[in-house]
Amino acid sequence: MVATALTKALTHPAAGAALDIEQISHAFDIDGAELPVLSDVSISVEPGEFVALLGPSGCGKSTLLRLVAGLDKPKAGRLREDEERIRRPHPSRVVVFQDPTLFPWRSVWDNVALGLEAQGILRSQRQRVDDALDLVGLSSFRNAYPHQLSGGMAQRVALARALVNDPKILILDEPLGKLDSLTRITMQAELVSLWQRKGFTTLLVTHDAEEALVLANRVVVFSERPARVKADIRVDRPYPRHRGDPYLADLRRQILGLLGLDATW
Amino acid sequence: MSTYSLSDGLASGAPRTSRAPLLATWIRESGVGVLASIAWIAFGLSCLWWEDVGDWSRTHSLGIAAFIIAAIALFGTVGADYLGSAGQALHKRAPWLVALGAFLTVWEVATAKFAWLPLPFFPPPQSIIEVYTDDLPKLLDSVFASVKLQLGGYLIGATIGFLTGVSIGWSRAVGYWVHPVLRFIGPLPATAWLPIAFFTFPSSWSASTFLIALATGFPVTVLTWSGVASVSNAYYDVARTLGAKPSFLVLKVAIPAALPHVFVGLFMGLGSSFAVLVVAEMIGVKAGLGWYLQWAQGWAAYANMYAALIVMSLLCSGAITLLFSIRDRLLVWQKGTVKW
Ligand SMILES: Nc1ncnc2c1ncn2[C@@H]1O[C@H](COP(=O)(O)OP(=O)(O)OP(=O)(O)O)[C@@H](O)[C@H]1O
Ligand SMILES: [Mg+2]
Repeated sequence: MVATALTKALTHPAAGAALDIEQISHAFDIDGAELPVLSDVSISVEPGEFVALLGPSGCGKSTLLRLVAGLDKPKAGRLREDEERIRRPHPSRVVVFQDPTLFPWRSVWDNVALGLEAQGILRSQRQRVDDALDLVGLSSFRNAYPHQLSGGMAQRVALARALVNDPKILILDEPLGKLDSLTRITMQAELVSLWQRKGFTTLLVTHDAEEALVLANRVVVFSERPARVKADIRVDRPYPRHRGDPYLADLRRQILGLLGLDATW
Repeated sequence: MSTYSLSDGLASGAPRTSRAPLLATWIRESGVGVLASIAWIAFGLSCLWWEDVGDWSRTHSLGIAAFIIAAIALFGTVGADYLGSAGQALHKRAPWLVALGAFLTVWEVATAKFAWLPLPFFPPPQSIIEVYTDDLPKLLDSVFASVKLQLGGYLIGATIGFLTGVSIGWSRAVGYWVHPVLRFIGPLPATAWLPIAFFTFPSSWSASTFLIALATGFPVTVLTWSGVASVSNAYYDVARTLGAKPSFLVLKVAIPAALPHVFVGLFMGLGSSFAVLVVAEMIGVKAGLGWYLQWAQGWAAYANMYAALIVMSLLCSGAITLLFSIRDRLLVWQKGTVKW
């Protein structure tokens, strides 16, 4: 028991899982009319890759993330994690929603402990909660309630709540969207260093082309609703990346062009 | 610039208060306490000065007690600095002590001394004291019977209501069957069941328990249900992606999120169950404060009625206070998110 725990700790980088999004189409019924949201989307993500999803508002990015998480079933197509069909939510794929959605009746510590508690392993793994809180720098707020946190702190608690489960795939839906630009840049750096240390596969939805380019290996650009993959761009630059990097600036112009803004931007 | 002028104002303001006459400060600090003492002395005098128009045995003791309270108020006020929190508590309640002393004085004079108010219907304070001393065993028996009945019925009703509410809120199938029944039967005042209940139940005690449980159960059910139904899906999504099973979703997501609503239901249930308790005791159960009231009315013992009413209101407000403190303990997390 101890021995396995030790080897597990040593071989820690719980390497990310591969994710296959195969010809996914999805639609919603609104008052009997069908609203197509995703149209034949295929993305194949390597283990440990950091993929950013960019697209116009309302094109279906969050919908795709919900499908990947297993919260909803696609109308057509297949989703697989490490060759296994995704049929329902599983703690190996954790979502950080755009809204932190902390449970207001739980303290910060208890919020972070949620996943371990739900899986019935909290009793033996309390240390992991402390570690996750350390990681996001909120150990001193362990007994605070969510309403006592700032927006950025709440967002970091949501991140800790996801990371404590050692996910193989981390799914982020504009997790930094509401933060001020300073906190945002700090958290971006934290995210990259976490990802590099832990090696999970990351799927990040963002509105911000610059954020996508600073963080991701790969940027997938969607069309207007119903979303199709419009471009799939590899970003081959070492980390940490510099915002003023002319290579990235060039890619940014290209991406904004794909999103329908002219090149003067 | 503005900062400077602000601190200037503060600096010039400070000495002005310290220059104020000592007497004025003392009056502001202790005046109300002294006034309270005077009010109670007045009450004591009003008891002893004139002869009673009737035959009451506690007039003298009551007057002495009033003087003792007056003395406590006076020394408590003068020595407030040495009494710590007790002195502060007295200071806070001093205005109420004044009002109470004045009210008792007027009551005493208007009833026992000059009978301005028609007598058997408006008994003087000493006759109520007489009830508490001379009729204590019966009163205590009644209190005990009422508390037992109320507590049993309330706990049963609250538990069943809570469980039903959670089930309706959670399961569509349960909702399909229970919801219409609830719609149909729930709004009926529980007292309307009274005649039927006393026929069909084996004892009047079980019938009353049923009625109290019914009066409690309906608001608790409805509010628990609406609480569970209004829990945001986002919470369930979060829990599910973290590996939560359905039992976890009910026990650790739905119920804690619905708890503020549940407490509203518990408060409403408490109120309506008091009403049922008194009616049930008056009509069916031959015990308890409701019955005591009825009995006192039968004998035209008005002092006993007032005495019982006072006890009853103390019990009801005590129950509400208890429920409040339970809520405050369970819902600490709400402090700061909503206005209490
Ligand atoms: N539960 C739902 N029922 C019906 N329609 C929905 C539902 N969820 C989303 N939609 C519709 O699907 C479309 C895509 O929604 P989605 O949330 O995926 O957009 P998005 O790309 O994440 O947008 P944003 O960048 O603004 O968050 C929207 O037009 C929305 O109206
Ligand atoms: Mg979205």
